[in-house]
Amino acid sequence: MEQLLQQVGAGLANGAIYASLALALVMIFVSTNHINFAQGEMAMFSAYIAWQFMEWGLSFWLALPLVMALSFTTGVVIERTILRPLHGAPVLSVVVVFIGLLTIFHALAGGIWTYTIKAVPSPFPEVAFPGSGYIGSHQLGMIGVTVIVLIALFTFFRFTPLGLAMRAAAQNPASARLAGISVDWMLALGWGLAAAVGAVAGCMVAPAVYLEPNMMASILLYGFAGALVGGISSPGGAVAGGFIVGVLENLIAYLGNVVERTTGLYIVGNGEKLTVALVIVIAVLTLKPSGLFGHVTVERV
Amino acid sequence: MADTVASRNGTPAASAAGFVWGYRYGLLLVVLPLLLIAGGKAGFVSNFQFLQLSLMIVYAIAVLGLNLLTGFNGQISLGHGAFFAAGAYTAAILIDQHNWPLWATLPMAALVCFFAGYLFGLPALRLEGHYLALATFALAVAVPQILKYRHLEPITKGVMGINVFKSDPPFGLPLSTDQWMFLVVLAVAAFMFWIARNLLDSRTGRALIAIRDHSMAASTMGINVAHYKAVVFGISALYTGLAGALHGVIFEFVSPDSFRFELSIAILVGAVVGGIASLPGAVIGGVFVQVIEKYADALTKQISAAVQLPLELDPWLIYGIVLIALMYAMPTGIVGGMAVLWRRLKAMRGL
Amino acid sequence: MSLLEVTALKAYYGQTQVLHGVSFALEAGGITTLLGANGAGKTTTLRSICGMVATEGAIRLDGEPIAGRATEEIVRLGVGHVPEGRGTFTHLTVDENLRVSAYTRRDKAAARRDRDMVFEYFPILKARIGQQAGTLSGGEQQMLAISRALMLRPRLLLLDEPSFGLAPLIVEEIFRIMRRVNSEAKVSLLLVEQNAALALDLADHAYVLETGRVVMSGSAADVKRDEGVRKSYLGY
Repeated sequence: MEQLLQQVGAGLANGAIYASLALALVMIFVSTNHINFAQGEMAMFSAYIAWQFMEWGLSFWLALPLVMALSFTTGVVIERTILRPLHGAPVLSVVVVFIGLLTIFHALAGGIWTYTIKAVPSPFPEVAFPGSGYIGSHQLGMIGVTVIVLIALFTFFRFTPLGLAMRAAAQNPASARLAGISVDWMLALGWGLAAAVGAVAGCMVAPAVYLEPNMMASILLYGFAGALVGGISSPGGAVAGGFIVGVLENLIAYLGNVVERTTGLYIVGNGEKLTVALVIVIAVLTLKPSGLFGHVTVERV
Repeated sequence: MADTVASRNGTPAASAAGFVWGYRYGLLLVVLPLLLIAGGKAGFVSNFQFLQLSLMIVYAIAVLGLNLLTGFNGQISLGHGAFFAAGAYTAAILIDQHNWPLWATLPMAALVCFFAGYLFGLPALRLEGHYLALATFALAVAVPQILKYRHLEPITKGVMGINVFKSDPPFGLPLSTDQWMFLVVLAVAAFMFWIARNLLDSRTGRALIAIRDHSMAASTMGINVAHYKAVVFGISALYTGLAGALHGVIFEFVSPDSFRFELSIAILVGAVVGGIASLPGAVIGGVFVQVIEKYADALTKQISAAVQLPLELDPWLIYGIVLIALMYAMPTGIVGGMAVLWRRLKAMRGL
Repeated sequence: MSLLEVTALKAYYGQTQVLHGVSFALEAGGITTLLGANGAGKTTTLRSICGMVATEGAIRLDGEPIAGRATEEIVRLGVGHVPEGRGTFTHLTVDENLRVSAYTRRDKAAARRDRDMVFEYFPILKARIGQQAGTLSGGEQQMLAISRALMLRPRLLLLDEPSFGLAPLIVEEIFRIMRRVNSEAKVSLLLVEQNAALALDLADHAYVLETGRVVMSGSAADVKRDEGVRKSYLGY
């Protein structure tokens, strides 16, 4: 029982990261209909910059907002310079451009900081707290920071005029232009916010795994799965989807473990949990193609 | 192979022209390899270069497979590396553990991959766009894990992989193994492209394109959309799997880590860069996949040395920049870009 | 000087030319209508004014050239556009729909007054203020679309088929409000309408478009009396 709760705790902590990435993907998707395959590598790059700041002597909590600001700016610049001219290009061409971006960030990180793994200290002190037998302090911190970011974003989109304008631009660009809103800038801002959210995810996950250029590859896949499970057009759904995928993944490994211990039969272990989790996600999607929280869009002929 | 399906029509004159073209290509397909082999005999073309050429052709077949699915039928796949791996492993296991001859392995690998693709295509019918992208992406990530799966280890040999021995040229032909394999690969490719061309020119091909362009309209015209989509998934997997089998044989080794999801991405990039929904595009895409893999490294070193960069440039950096630049210059791929250029040239001459 | 002056306007959708040199002008404070059959280019003319299609030719707002500018810039210069299909932000509430239009306004106090004015024109919207706009009826969405445009405090309001798909009673109400908008809020109107009888009753000036060209123009009363117009558009 205790082990089960530990696994759920670890799953929630991973889920927080998947949720952030899923949210970043959804933020760009709702306004552009593109899945930013470079989102994970951008987050990885942000984590490296945070690490560099800390190497230069900054504290984590000073480095984090700095990196978020830098990532935000980078996101805006990428949208304005690289993606802007591609509006109206075939979807597959845009996918290839994302793959190009992904490899550029990957290669830059490897070139600047080498491919050797780096240990990143957790910004959260190891202290005892009620329930600390079930969840580590860094895991709890990951969940906490993610939840704060999510609430901040929700507040921004729900209660500020700029947030409202961004929602309007994503929903109906033509009408937003007729309301005098610069839709192009709203898209760029969306990219910036997504990059900043991704940066938080990267900085939070780096101490939990090791910092290396491949760090985000499987995390992006989980984030993508989370976004689709929740319904790709629903930000709240994406967050829930991320947490669901995180817990699911850990439970699969846990159950495989239990089965092996009790029956001696090996079915699934850590090596296959990704595969099994994805099979479940895809099974859910074949049964409910619009995701758990998405709404069905009807195509008119 | 000269043109895309959309631009072809079925008039007798056109089919006569097609015959002449086919004849010319056929001649080219005989003369060019003979010249190359002669070059090899004379020492101008090394065995290593024959291997490179073979790999380009192999990737062209793989890209063609994806092209049939994505380009002509509109289903996206980020996971064709999985079928490539399935083909390679089928061939490797049959040759290594069952002593099958090469000529029997290739059709078997193709058959296995057709069924794998067809079975995967059935549930994938319910998935479109990004959902299909995720499902295929997951397939690409899952395959190396499955190959390493403990209960499959006796067959797949786990992380160790399988060594495959190249077959020597038959009848005591005076050819090196690499030269012989080059001829085999080329013959298979020519045959497969010819099949693809005829397939696309048939009723089936028109149905596939109709489904891509408007699946609902296609179904009201009596096209069994589900059936066609699953079958084309199978055919697509067959092509890519056959390429994988050839790759395993000429590379003499298969292992789970040769088929990571980067391979799937490379195949997709090849298809888009070459030109989606175009047979010549598949050839260009295959060449692109291999050239980039081979020469990005050398190119990067030269550039780093030329501008005296303080840090080591990664070859993939150049790859990324090349991809973006290509998509800017030719959003519809190299074949599309050439067509635009050609039209402009003609317009200029017209003036 | 005319409030809006369109000279030799050509418009294209891709390779297809839709407008073949349309010229017209409208005076500040007036109501002008564009009449014509389906495909005559009425909607395209409105979209051209707002920079939503590729055009050639001159468009001047108060003498200032606006052709080729971005839609949002033209809107900020004082052109409100109630588009075909209403363009409702269906997932936002009625309140949010109105606030989106006030986003670029600096004069927040005046914007609040405009909101009150809009609610006075269309009290039903006030009753629906917290409701998702997608759940409104067609007529309510049309009122919302007009209100959204009015929240921009435009000098010129472009209306694209405001009567489309609505019950006669609702249409009547909307047209009554349009007259008030024109006289009380001093907003000039450019109206595109299938229902020529209604449009000619409201307007003081009319242009008739056929296949992308202006074929007739004059005061609404004169155009109404024209035999061709009567046969083609008024049905008697």
